[in-house]
Amino acid sequence: MLDYITSYLGMNTTPGQAGNVLWALIYILIVFAGVSVAVMAMNWLERKALAHFQIRLGPMRVGPHGLLQPIADAVKLLTKEDIIPDEADRLVFWIAPLIILCASFTVYIVIPFGPTHAVTDLNIGILFMLGVSSLSVLGVVMAGWASNSHYPLIGSLRSSAQMISYEVAMGMAVVSAILMTSLNKSGTGTLSMIGIVEAQQQQQIWFLFKFFPLGFIAFAVFAIAMVAETNRAPFDLPEAESELTAGFHTEYSGLRWSLFMLGEYAAMIAVSSIAVTLWLGGWLRPFPNTLTGPAWDLVFSLFPGFTFLGLALIAFIGVIRMPKHPYFRIQTMGLAGFAAVLGLIGLILFIPPVRDRIQDIFWFTAKVGVFMYLYIWYRATFPRYRFDQLMKVGWKVLLPIAIGVLILTAILGVVL
Amino acid sequence: MTDPTTYLSHLELGEPDKTFLDSNELIINMGPQHPATHGVLRVILKLDGEKVLGTECVIGYLHRGVEKIAENRTYTMFNPYVDRMDYVAAVSNGLGYCEAVEKLLNIEAPPRAKYIRVILTELNRVASHQLWLGTHALDIGAMTPLFYTFRDREEILKIFEKYCGARLTTHAFRIGGCQYETYEGFERDVIKFLDFVPPRIDEYEELLTTNRIWVERTRNVGKISADDCKALGVTGPVLRASGVKWDIRKALPYAAYPEFDFEIPIGANGDTYDRYMVRMQEMRQSLRIVRQAVERIPEGPIMAKVPKVMKPPVGEIYHSIEAPKGELGYFIVSDGSTQPYRVRVRPPSFVNLQALDIMVRGQLVADVIAVIGTLDIVLGEVDR
Amino acid sequence: MPEETKSPTPPPKSGEPKPPAGQPNPGSVQSTPAHKPPEKPAAPAKPAGPAPVPWQSPLVSKLKAQYGSGVRESNTYLGQNYLVLDPSITNEVLQILRDEEQFEYCVDVTAVHYPQREKPFDLIWILYSFAHNERLRVKTMLADGESIASSVPIWVTANWLEREVFDMFGIKFDGHPDLKRILLPDGWKGYPLRKDYGIIQQDHEWVQINLGIESGQ
Repeated sequence: MLDYITSYLGMNTTPGQAGNVLWALIYILIVFAGVSVAVMAMNWLERKALAHFQIRLGPMRVGPHGLLQPIADAVKLLTKEDIIPDEADRLVFWIAPLIILCASFTVYIVIPFGPTHAVTDLNIGILFMLGVSSLSVLGVVMAGWASNSHYPLIGSLRSSAQMISYEVAMGMAVVSAILMTSLNKSGTGTLSMIGIVEAQQQQQIWFLFKFFPLGFIAFAVFAIAMVAETNRAPFDLPEAESELTAGFHTEYSGLRWSLFMLGEYAAMIAVSSIAVTLWLGGWLRPFPNTLTGPAWDLVFSLFPGFTFLGLALIAFIGVIRMPKHPYFRIQTMGLAGFAAVLGLIGLILFIPPVRDRIQDIFWFTAKVGVFMYLYIWYRATFPRYRFDQLMKVGWKVLLPIAIGVLILTAILGVVL
Repeated sequence: MTDPTTYLSHLELGEPDKTFLDSNELIINMGPQHPATHGVLRVILKLDGEKVLGTECVIGYLHRGVEKIAENRTYTMFNPYVDRMDYVAAVSNGLGYCEAVEKLLNIEAPPRAKYIRVILTELNRVASHQLWLGTHALDIGAMTPLFYTFRDREEILKIFEKYCGARLTTHAFRIGGCQYETYEGFERDVIKFLDFVPPRIDEYEELLTTNRIWVERTRNVGKISADDCKALGVTGPVLRASGVKWDIRKALPYAAYPEFDFEIPIGANGDTYDRYMVRMQEMRQSLRIVRQAVERIPEGPIMAKVPKVMKPPVGEIYHSIEAPKGELGYFIVSDGSTQPYRVRVRPPSFVNLQALDIMVRGQLVADVIAVIGTLDIVLGEVDR
Repeated sequence: MPEETKSPTPPPKSGEPKPPAGQPNPGSVQSTPAHKPPEKPAAPAKPAGPAPVPWQSPLVSKLKAQYGSGVRESNTYLGQNYLVLDPSITNEVLQILRDEEQFEYCVDVTAVHYPQREKPFDLIWILYSFAHNERLRVKTMLADGESIASSVPIWVTANWLEREVFDMFGIKFDGHPDLKRILLPDGWKGYPLRKDYGIIQQDHEWVQINLGIESGQ
């Protein structure tokens, strides 16, 4: 058994490509569990970070500093009454959140956490991702229609119009990044996600900085379009509470509503992964080419361990600052335990075999984490766009810029 | 200029539009309970797609019969009731009422009382505008300024609480002056507030004024011209944002305002962005007035010689002040007894709300919310 | 829910309005109600309070020249000018005031009810002129049931203000585009701000009709 595992760890392809069904299944389970944990963590982070932006504390009581709040929310939503409107189309009402969920989760099979750490490496990886994530529009329209109420209908139509408009700009930006992959020595480009990152590795430059500022502008277009794609602020008119409609998920309650939220967060992580893979070098550590050599490799490989130790230190400071009152004893112990777990993980990440393997996953996750924080930051800072202004930005501003960048990239790619 | 006689006839459902897209008009109700209508206001919208063809406001959900109550209370007993109308700027309401009754009784508050009144009223103006800014930004989608303005408003409410015991419905003034002498440390607290708040106002501006999304949401939204304002009787920051430099504190001064040096900010276009800028500037001017007042506050009595039982001579009077929302007027008719014969409150929000229809015609649904927010209405005042 | 509950009929006209609250006896702090207070000198005559003073101005002269007896009074009380007009000429005068005298801002339209008078309703317009920085009250007296021309064609702001006067007093305005109740529910019976509309009576009736018990007021 141990030989089997260690023999697998020496493989150089993804399980899907190797045709290894067992490992593919294990990877799928790990990815699914990871995404679920990430969604819960994202929920917690959003409430805490948003609260801190607004000079308040956020959840503090459920676990130490609200760490168990997502679990409490999940339990609450699970035990809520499942209300279906009287004249609603029951089958469609039931299927709509499932479609969104499936569309959002299916894209995770091609997301590359490392050179061999993906469930599979389709050679049309990026096309697959964009295509499948577009299916969630179907779910949105179905949700609005099945609710049999004109507010969700208006909200879902707006939302779907918004999503498909911004997909065009997203697509153009993605194409300009794909063009850059063909500028390597073999002269062929690739659509596979792992191939794109390897192209960045071979060309020794992150596509963000290639043909500066073209790569940067394409990245900016994608970054804005992905916020609109996932219906997040400042493009969240369809789901804003103070507007006329509360969006397509008005009539959903309890578990169904939580499926929408799950789908939304999963979609956020998915499109951020696209951005990270295409422009920010995927799993590559910072400065893979300017700071080379085993010494620098060692320095950068210590980052994961130090990150977790840093988090453990912050949690430990939180423990020290807890009020010294009998009622807080359980919370203090809980937080201390959490700090201890983080510290332990950090120490484990210093062990050489683990250290080498965890590099890719760590850098990828860290970059996606930065995007998640940006999402929350946008929500706290910006007012909402009005719907016609939103469409204007999508069609009249982002799309021309994306096309322009594409043309210029193509010209420069041929010329240079 | 709108035709007054056909003003509301647009809400008749005519024939559906049989031209190109055969779109029918939709009547949508923004019900009394809605997060963005600042109280219980019902707005019936007639839409063509996203465009608003007309609106009708249904009010009266908060009608408490304050004017009828006034006829059954003595002048002093009625004083706490006026706070509850515009509960956000309760001190202004009290000021207007007390000054109106003082005029009827032909007495004048002593100078120190006038200065205290001005200080508290201007602080209340700042608090009211801060609340307006937080809720208006929240309606448009920026959720953070709400928390910042409420936190800074706390300082003002703390001063009020130390002065008269109540934060919101203060009942701060009495007919003839003020009841309470300023507490020990009042000037120090006010000056500390005056130093603490201007950077905060700058912080709100930093978040919103040059923010592209904010500008796009508020520029050219809810435009109203100066002539329309005057014909509709709209006063306050709405009128000033349309370019009319008129403020009752300068035109028909009351309390101690003639002694202070301040400016009246006006806008150029009369759209939501100008109203926002006018109110931000008004906050700064109010702080300027408070600083002058606190530095020069005279010593002396705080209450004039008022008869124990107030029986104003037979007659009537109209007195108005510049409340944060517009011209707040009191028309009091006395029949010589201890109870007023008729008290009529001219609420600025009531008259301003009439302008909603003109302001949102032809705009989109999301703008209706922005315009309701920018009119700064308080339903307690609209319905009384 | 106003549609469900029945609004009670307004109480029957109860005659004289409530007498003003108790008047203190001047100077008799020590007197007890049991025995007759001893003779004391008459209280000093109160100094004459402010009284309405006739108001002379070019505006008044012009109106008097045009309408003669239609302009019943033109006085100043406590520094505030007011005109009392005949109902028949009120609309024209208001039009003149807006067009020629630049009273372009109608501050308020309101009414007062004097039930003992022959013409019980006092309808008041408060106007303001930006150009002259001057305020003016225009009053007219109306009989019960008499209606008057609406001033909505003159100032748009009168729309809701007149609706409120109709809602509270029952004065009808001819030519108003949309005269219906504004603050009270549509099916309300009675006009609350009239002096013969008793609140306690109202409360008793509502509670009896809708809750079936005695109100404890």
